[in-house]
Amino acid sequence: MTTRYRAYRSIFLDGVWHNNHALVALLGLCPLLAVSNNVVNALSLGLATTFVLTLSNGAISLIRQFVTSEIRIPVYITVIAALVTAVDLLMAIMTPGLHSILGIFIPLIVTNCIVLARAEAFASKNSVDKSLLDGFSIGLGFTLALVFLGGLREFLGHGTLFSEAELLFGPIAKDWTLHLMQLDHGMLIAILPPGAFIGLGLMIAVTNIIKAKQKRAQQAIQIAVTDIGLTSGKTA
Amino acid sequence: MNKLSMLKTASMLAAFACGAAVVLYLLQEVAAPTLAANQQAALLAQLNSLIPAESYDNAITEDKIALTIPALSPNSPVTIYRARKQNQPVATLLTVIAPNGYSGEIKLLVAILADGSLAGVRVIAHKETPGLGDYIEEKRGQWIHQFDHKSLENTPITRWKVKKDGGDFNYNTGATITPRAIVAAVGRTLTWAKEHHDALYAPQVEGVLP
Repeated sequence: MTTRYRAYRSIFLDGVWHNNHALVALLGLCPLLAVSNNVVNALSLGLATTFVLTLSNGAISLIRQFVTSEIRIPVYITVIAALVTAVDLLMAIMTPGLHSILGIFIPLIVTNCIVLARAEAFASKNSVDKSLLDGFSIGLGFTLALVFLGGLREFLGHGTLFSEAELLFGPIAKDWTLHLMQLDHGMLIAILPPGAFIGLGLMIAVTNIIKAKQKRAQQAIQIAVTDIGLTSGKTA
Repeated sequence: MNKLSMLKTASMLAAFACGAAVVLYLLQEVAAPTLAANQQAALLAQLNSLIPAESYDNAITEDKIALTIPALSPNSPVTIYRARKQNQPVATLLTVIAPNGYSGEIKLLVAILADGSLAGVRVIAHKETPGLGDYIEEKRGQWIHQFDHKSLENTPITRWKVKKDGGDFNYNTGATITPRAIVAAVGRTLTWAKEHHDALYAPQVEGVLP
């Protein structure tokens, strides 16, 4: 039970942080850069991607024993494309306003290389429960990166957060918009495409700094442990 | 790979493709009515934001004509919705294009009351600079409301310019090209509508109008 828990934990942490596909593997950058102009757009595309990733991982893990290796890629793509089309239809029915804003980026989830990468690298080799968790974790990591970048750009560009939340959450979300700064024009570059590149660059830099610090701390602990081992060895 | 396993592999791929196609077809069938209703509702909400629902009694989304009017929309036909009450004209709503925005075409919905004055204008689609030229959107400011109640009677066609060019219309410094394009397009639309008043409300009009 504990080994299983440990495996789950490591899959989850890998997906969200250690191997975050947006910030570490740098996959799926096209939607990341294009749809991160505000929090609500970012969150919506992130959730849609997570949904597709989880289901596609689960489905591909289910069929992994029947599919021969020659046709696995076309089969995976068929499964992914069918799922994405279903999500596209569901969003058009349930959140038409949002669907018209995200537009082409929903169908383009098919071409988000993260989805196929997880199918090929993880789901085709692991059990269904682990694959579902992996899809969800990777999706969550992608969503977090997307929302963070969206928040950064919306805050700098418009001085708000969560504007147009009603498109995603319905009429109750009409007054969820946080007006944090009163801006006449805002920092225009944040909303324009260069803002996405600069913002992502800063996020990757910060991630790397934190990771380097963690690594140093870990090494320090290891050195300390070996030192204790050596000294206790000497005294013994 | 021998022939048998090749056949097996091919049929498996075909089976997956067929399975996916069937599932998506069924989903599409289930979704189609809601999808159409959503589109209709979105259109109706847009039209009603300019012409209140209680001011007319016809099926406004059905009572429409599509005309090729190069002056108002160079590349695509103009869709004209007509609002009537007890068969008397109330207003028309035209989808026109301002071709000379800062970043290309600006798609407008212009609502003209039967007396020739504007009920209002809305920007449906544009590619203007976010944060700079997008004050033309209704949700981002009052700018678009300066067209309300304007007509060729209270504002002669020579005044249909931004103030910088000697006209009557406000603009934001730093983004003049965008409002210039819209003001000119709305002025053209009013002129055209005045000249073709009868055609606007006619049950069916055929062909190209100048």
